[in-house]
Amino acid sequence: MLTVRGVSKRYGSVLANDGIDLTLNAGEVHALLGENGAGKSTLSKIIYGYTRPDAGEILLGGEPARLRSPRDARALGIGMVFQNFMLIPALSVLENVALFLKDLPLVLDQEGIAGRIRAIGGRFGLQVDPHALVRQLSVGDRQKVEILKLLLAEARILIFDEPTKVLAPHEVEGLFQVFAALKAEGYAILFITHKLREVVACADRITVLRQGRVAGGFGPGEAQVGTLVKMMFGESGGEAPAATAPVGGGTRPILELRGASARGAGSETTLQGLNLTIHEGEVLGLAGVSGSGQKELGDLILGLRPLTGGSRWFRGEDASSWSIARLRERGVAFVPEDALAMAAVPGMSVRENLSLGTGAVYRRGLAVDWRALEAAMGASFEALAFPMPPLDSPIAALSGGNLQRVVIAREMAHGPSLIIALYPTRGLDARSAASVRDLLRRARDGGAGVLFISEDLEELAEMSDRLLVLFQGALVGEFPRGSWRLEDVGRLMTGSEEVAGV
Amino acid sequence: MSETALRPILRPILRHTLVAGAALALFSAILLVAGKNPLQAAADSFRSMASVYGFSELLVRMTPLILTAVAVALPSRLGLINVGGEGQLYMGAWMATAGALWFPPLPRWAMLPLVAAMGFLGGALWAAIPGILRAAKLVNETIATLLLNYVAPLIVSYSIFGPWKALGSSAYPESPAYPDAALLPTFFETRVHGGLILALLALLAYWLLVDKTRWGLQMRAIGGNAEAAQRLGIPVAMFLVAALALGGGMAGLAGMGEAMGVHGRLRQGLSPGFGFTGFLIAWLAGGRPLGILFMAFLFAIITAAGDTLQITQGLPFSVVNILLAMILFIVLARRPGASR
Repeated sequence: MLTVRGVSKRYGSVLANDGIDLTLNAGEVHALLGENGAGKSTLSKIIYGYTRPDAGEILLGGEPARLRSPRDARALGIGMVFQNFMLIPALSVLENVALFLKDLPLVLDQEGIAGRIRAIGGRFGLQVDPHALVRQLSVGDRQKVEILKLLLAEARILIFDEPTKVLAPHEVEGLFQVFAALKAEGYAILFITHKLREVVACADRITVLRQGRVAGGFGPGEAQVGTLVKMMFGESGGEAPAATAPVGGGTRPILELRGASARGAGSETTLQGLNLTIHEGEVLGLAGVSGSGQKELGDLILGLRPLTGGSRWFRGEDASSWSIARLRERGVAFVPEDALAMAAVPGMSVRENLSLGTGAVYRRGLAVDWRALEAAMGASFEALAFPMPPLDSPIAALSGGNLQRVVIAREMAHGPSLIIALYPTRGLDARSAASVRDLLRRARDGGAGVLFISEDLEELAEMSDRLLVLFQGALVGEFPRGSWRLEDVGRLMTGSEEVAGV
Repeated sequence: MSETALRPILRPILRHTLVAGAALALFSAILLVAGKNPLQAAADSFRSMASVYGFSELLVRMTPLILTAVAVALPSRLGLINVGGEGQLYMGAWMATAGALWFPPLPRWAMLPLVAAMGFLGGALWAAIPGILRAAKLVNETIATLLLNYVAPLIVSYSIFGPWKALGSSAYPESPAYPDAALLPTFFETRVHGGLILALLALLAYWLLVDKTRWGLQMRAIGGNAEAAQRLGIPVAMFLVAALALGGGMAGLAGMGEAMGVHGRLRQGLSPGFGFTGFLIAWLAGGRPLGILFMAFLFAIITAAGDTLQITQGLPFSVVNILLAMILFIVLARRPGASR
C-alpha cells in the first residue's frame, strides 16, 4: 500500500534517516521500533509530508506520491495521531471531528455527523459521546477522538506516534483492540514505539531502526524480545538487567504515614487514611492505574501537600508539619517523571540547576560557593558513572535522558536516605530507563529506602521488594516480594477485587 | 575580552539604540504631519538640555525613574507583575512625611536615615498587601497592585486636606514644610539631590541580589519554574511577599526622594506618573540593570523634551505620550511572545 524507498534526511551533522526502506501493507500493524533518536519521528514526519527527504521517495499503490505538506498526505488518505493531540479542548467531539472533514458543508449536519461518529465508533471500539466537550474527556478518550477524526476524513493509512506513552495499562489494551478492528477492515497502521512488549503483543511486522538505518525487519511471529533488544542497541548494551535478590535487613523504618489523609481539589485524588512504612534498604513499589492518587501520595510524603488527617513520621520523629526544605535537609530526594517540569528550571544553566534545592549547603557569604558545588556534583556524576554535561549549557538543551541524569545526580549528591521516584522512567528510552532502575537498586543496596511509583507492572515486579497497590486514593493490597501474581495485582489496581493482604 | 564575552553587553546596547532611533524617526514623522519642524524641535530640546542646568534636571527626573523601574524589575524575576509603583511611591512619600513631622527634632545624620527608612517601609508595606494576597493564592498581584494605585493618592489627599494641612497656605492643600534636617542634601547648586545616590545604590543592590546571591538564584528559579522551585524546598510564598515588598520599598524611596529632595513638603500630584513610566523602563530594559540606567536616562530626556516643546513649539505635552507609546510598540513588534 505504501512503500518507502531509500529515504534519507540530514539535520546538520546528524543523519537522521539513512537510506530507509519500508513497506506498509493493508490490513497490517507495522511497528517501527527504535531508541530515542533512532530516526522514528523523522521518518513519520516525512511520510506525513511534514518534512521533505533529502533523497529517496514514497510510493503509494506503486505510484510516486507527491507529499509536500500534511495537506497532500491527508488528501492521499494518510493520517497521523500525534503524541500531543491536535484537538481543540473547548469544542465538542463532534465539532473537532467536523473541522477535520474533507467535505465540511457550510451548514453543519450535526445529527448526521454524530450518527457517523457513533457508527464508526461502534465498529472499531471507539465509543465516545459526540456531544461531550473534549476538555472533559480522559486522555484515552481524546485519543479515540483523534482516531475518529482520521477515519471520518477517510484516511486509510494511520500513523501512530508513540500512542501508548500517555495511556494507562488498561487503555493500552483497548487501543490494541482498536488496532485489531482496523486491521480487519483493511487499514494500514504504522505504530511507532520504543516499548518492546507492546510490539511483540500487537505488531504483524516489525522494522527496527538504529542510528537512522534499518537495523532489521521481522515478519509475523518471528520476533523475540532478546533479538529485538540486540537489534535496537547493537550488540554492546541494553541487555535486560538481571533481577536482583532482595537485600536482608530492611527493618528500620525511615518514613511512616499513619492514617494520613489529604483532600484533593479538582481532578486530584483524595487520599484516605493511608498507613505506609518505608524501611531502610528496601524498594517499596506502588502500583495503581493512572489517577489512583500516586502523584498526590508522593507530594504528601515530600511535604508539598498538607495533611488533613493522620501523621507523618521521619525516623521516629513526628514530621507531620515539616516543610519540604526540612525534609530535603534530612535526606529525602525526589526523582520525577518529567524533570523539566517538576525538578528543573528551563531558563537556567546546568550549573544553576544543580545548585537548586541544595539549601544553604554551598554558601559563600550571601553567594553560592560554585567551586564546592561543582566538586560535589562532579563527584556525584562520577559515582553514578554518568557523563557530566557542559555546566554552562542551558538545561533545556539536554535530551530527556541526560536531563533526568542531571536531576538524579543532584538528588543523589548528598547520599539521600529516602528517594521518592515518581514514574522515573517515563518517556526515557529503554537504556536510560534501565540505568535509572539500576541506580535506584544501588541506592537501596547502600541502605536507602526507595518508594518506586510506576504503572508498568513488569517494571514494578522487577524492582519492588514489597509492593503496595493504590486504588482511588486508598491502599488496597500489600505483597512481599515473590508472593504476588500479576493477575492479582492487576485486579486490585482496577478495583475488581476486594482488599487483600493489608 | 573575547568576542563572546562582549556580546551580552554590546547587543542590548545596540538593541536599545535601535529602538530609540526608530521611535524618534516615527515621532519626527508625526511632528511633520502636525506642521512642526522636527529638526527645530530637536535643536530646541538639545539646547535646553545641553546646559549644566538642563543636564542636572535630567538627573533629577531620572532619580525616581530608576527606583520605580527597580520596583518592577525585581518582582518580575519571580514572574510577578508589579503595576503598583505609583501607589507605592505615594505611600513612601506619605510615611516619610509622617516620620519627618512626628519625630522630635533630630540632627540631620539621624533624621535622614530615619525618613529614608520610613519611605522604604511605606512602599514595602503597601506592596506587601498584594504580595500576601498572591502568596495565599487569593488575588492576582497584577490586579491588586494596579487597584491600590488609586487608593494611595487618596490617603495622601486626606492627610494634606486634613490632619497635616499647613496652617499658612490655605489656598494649596499641602503639608507644612519639612524641618531642614529632613531635607535631602542637594549638589552643586542644582536640584540634583541625595536620592540619586540612593537610586544608584538601589540599582547596584538589585543587580548584586539577583545575579550574585543564593536568594537571587532562588528567585530566578521561582520565575523560571515555580512548581520545581516549590518541590526543591524553596519557600516560594515567602519569596513572593519579600520580593514585592522589596520592590515596593524601592518605589517608596522614590516617593521619599520626591518629597524630601524636590518638593520639600507633601503635595498632591507629587508624581506625574513616575510609577507607570518606571514599569515601561523596566519592561523595555528586560530587567537588566544597565538597561534600566540607560532607559531611565532616555525617558528623562524624552519627558524633558516634552516640556521644552510645550514652550517653544506650542505642542501639547501629550505628544510625549505618543512617543512613549511608539517605543513600546516597536519593542513589542520586535519581540513577539517575549515574557520579560
